Amino acid sequence: MRVVVDLNRCQAYAQCCYAAPERFVLRGDEILVYDPAPPEAERAAIDRAVLACPVRAIRVEHEPRERAA
Amino acid sequence: MRDGTIVVAGASLAALRGAEALRAGGFAGRLVLVGDEPHLPYDRPPLSKHVLTGEIAPGATTLPGVGALRAEWRLGAPAAGLDRAGRALLLAGGERLPFDRLLIATGARARPWPEAGAAALAGVHTLRGRDDAAALAAGLAARPGRVLILGAGFIGCEVASSIRALGLPVTVVDPAPSPLTAALGQVIGGFVAGRMEAAGIDLRMGAEVAHLEGGDGRVRRARLAGGGTIAADLVVVALGAVRNTEWLAGSGLDADEGGLSCDGACRALDAAGRPDDAVFAAGDVARFPHPVYDNRPVALEHWGNAVAQAAHAARAMLEGPEAAGPYAEMPAFWSSQFGLNIKSLGLTEGADAVAIVQGDPRSARFLAVYGREGRTIAAVAVNAGRWLPAYAGAIREGAPFPPITGGADQPHPDPVPPGLPAQAA
Amino acid sequence: MSDATLFAQVRDPAHRADPYPLYARLRACPVARQDDGTFVASGHAAIRALLHDPRVSSEDLPPAEHPATGNPVKDWIVNPLKDRIADRHRPFIFRDPPDHGALRRQVMAQFTVARVRGMKRRTEALVAECLDRCAGASTFDLVDDLAYPLPVTVICELLGVPREDETRFHAWATQLATALEPESRKDEALRARNTETFDAIADYMRDLIREKRRAPADDMLSGLATAKDPEVGRMSDPDLIATAILLLIAGHETTVNLIANGMLALLRHPDEFARLRADPERAPRVIEEVLRYDPPVHFRTRLARAPIPVAGTVIPEGAPLVLLFAAGNRDPARFPHPDRFDPDREDNQHFGFGGALHYCIGAPLARIEAEAALTALAARLRAPRLAEDPPPYRDGSSLRGPKRLRLVQGPAARPSA
Repeated sequence: MRVVVDLNRCQAYAQCCYAAPERFVLRGDEILVYDPAPPEAERAAIDRAVLACPVRAIRVEHEPRERAA
Repeated sequence: MRDGTIVVAGASLAALRGAEALRAGGFAGRLVLVGDEPHLPYDRPPLSKHVLTGEIAPGATTLPGVGALRAEWRLGAPAAGLDRAGRALLLAGGERLPFDRLLIATGARARPWPEAGAAALAGVHTLRGRDDAAALAAGLAARPGRVLILGAGFIGCEVASSIRALGLPVTVVDPAPSPLTAALGQVIGGFVAGRMEAAGIDLRMGAEVAHLEGGDGRVRRARLAGGGTIAADLVVVALGAVRNTEWLAGSGLDADEGGLSCDGACRALDAAGRPDDAVFAAGDVARFPHPVYDNRPVALEHWGNAVAQAAHAARAMLEGPEAAGPYAEMPAFWSSQFGLNIKSLGLTEGADAVAIVQGDPRSARFLAVYGREGRTIAAVAVNAGRWLPAYAGAIREGAPFPPITGGADQPHPDPVPPGLPAQAA
Repeated sequence: MSDATLFAQVRDPAHRADPYPLYARLRACPVARQDDGTFVASGHAAIRALLHDPRVSSEDLPPAEHPATGNPVKDWIVNPLKDRIADRHRPFIFRDPPDHGALRRQVMAQFTVARVRGMKRRTEALVAECLDRCAGASTFDLVDDLAYPLPVTVICELLGVPREDETRFHAWATQLATALEPESRKDEALRARNTETFDAIADYMRDLIREKRRAPADDMLSGLATAKDPEVGRMSDPDLIATAILLLIAGHETTVNLIANGMLALLRHPDEFARLRADPERAPRVIEEVLRYDPPVHFRTRLARAPIPVAGTVIPEGAPLVLLFAAGNRDPARFPHPDRFDPDREDNQHFGFGGALHYCIGAPLARIEAEAALTALAARLRAPRLAEDPPPYRDGSSLRGPKRLRLVQGPAARPSA
């Protein structure tokens, strides 16, 4: 799974941290640290994080069909 | 345009988002992405932060969207030349890629240390790409006795923060009077300096490194221009970026190390300022007139600009420059360092005043607004991201400075000079 | 009828069941002055701008007042002192920065991810208990049998308030929830009742907090009563009491609407009910759409600290403001087909939990509770129908939700004997 957060949009509402605490953590007041490559097994939790974000700053792509370089 | 061939020179964030926007906009033809690195598009912001602290693997940052994009990839194949008359992109390997439209998103690279011999010493790093970050992380894993960072811009400061978090001794040297002076000025830079020193950074502002010296092929020390040396086993050269435009030499386009000039519809301009209807640019490499700032040409090394400008270029390619209109996305960036989340809207360049309009630097939560000739031009939030959106309108409209008064928690409304570098005329 | 009375009509119980046509008329002017001088923001962009504007104050409640008693000590010393303390220690929902931030941070420090996530299993078990109790009945009231008792039990356990005391503070909570209604700014009698209720619940909390300090447990009140913030130290007792009361009431009066409004939307869209039943993983989408389509809190009031230019008008200093979240959630300029209940909607940036500095602290808990409730209902109920549509509504126009939601189970599930 691939994850990227638009940190211009992020306002540290921390909803992703409650939805997928293994993959999203707030450090200090509002520095978001996240796993850009979470395991596919956590799909449901990551989807919850995407939907719960009040500014919809999280983008996910599931099961990447990697093209060879 | 719905069919034909579109080639994207570049395979980073702007290239990927531009290609996605082309597909989303209905482009059904052949789409080729050309990248000098062997990697699929990846995200750079973590490279100076959690990749260095070891929390994120360098290879984990491939961007979402890569899997679903219907495109051909030419990776590890740098663009080497542009035949505008023949509408073809020339690759380093000799391949010639004909196109109906070209999107140039070749980005920028780290400015190297000017002494080529010293720059090649083991232990001397720059940071731009994923491989740079992996090499730097490996160098840090050897627990160098002292890390020296040349340059206190955003990359230098973020790297200093990450390396300090590893518990390594860090010295930062920069001739400017404070960190982040060029972007934020000395008032906010001075605040950041305090945070850096509190974190244990040996901060040498107003100092300049003249030479890097090595022994046995490894960097050993830096010699300061004013005399004296700093011993260091690892050096990070963070002196800004150079736009990747050399390959455009001879194309007739207006390009230099400051960027490739383009118009509001992202069309590349030739030396006479005429747009090329087949060649577009987006992202770090593109130097465009910003309508919010009197159409001053700017080239922005911003994540958000790469995304928005690439989408704008895609629209102009498919529907024409008139339909796309002038690109006017509000400049925005973020940086995290030393426990601070710094978010910015607008451009501070040329500001003659700054006012801390909300919060208090003593609590490390505040918002500063920048003005020029009585107009609001930018805002910077430190650990106060939710306050920032209120200022976007004032910046866009150039509202009287300071723009919002009489609100809650506005204890320091008096503007002071921001301490930005003097403007070249 | 003049458009300057539209918000008064919103307040009229006659429109409680479906205020959305009035919201659509209000949105014709995204920030509209009402004839009483109140400005109502109903457009999505305007609400968003005002939520982030530092000139928009949450300190919009006038200070509490006590009717004269004739006892000079009480009238001149005790009550004014009490007012001053009450005024300085309002709950943080009615506070501005910097005080708001400090209090909120202290609450967030206790509302930890681990503590909230720890309630998930317990919530699911509580839902099962509630539904087991109704299992034999052909009709039941979703509000009384699930949507109300569930959040109350959850917030009591999380805070560390004895559940058996619920009978005492149920009435208090209902009374104090009226502080969110605009009348509370003007209606002397209502304010007096609220002050009286506040005093009663404050006494209760004071005793409870003393007990928590004596024997701290693993709950939020114990944490709030004993923790020391690195910047501002320990929370003062008046702030602690105000905070505890706020959390208790917020837990009582909001999630009940989310669950009831959610079930109501699903019953009115049986295809969505069936899809949720077939795929419980749709629950988060369904809940976000309920938060947009029919949110638990329809509006919040504010005060303009300074003149505010917005949406082509200028809100004058001192003007009362209404941020009509439920109208912004249906703004066609922001949401395609806004009146359609569509859980598959993308980019659903609703105001279901407000936004900016005052974004609902309890949002993650509300999502857990709503998901547990709606998925269990979808799994258990066979062809449920509404016994009355529209259902009767509670009084509140801000905290708006059904008073009862009587469900009838379909005949297929319960063959008659």
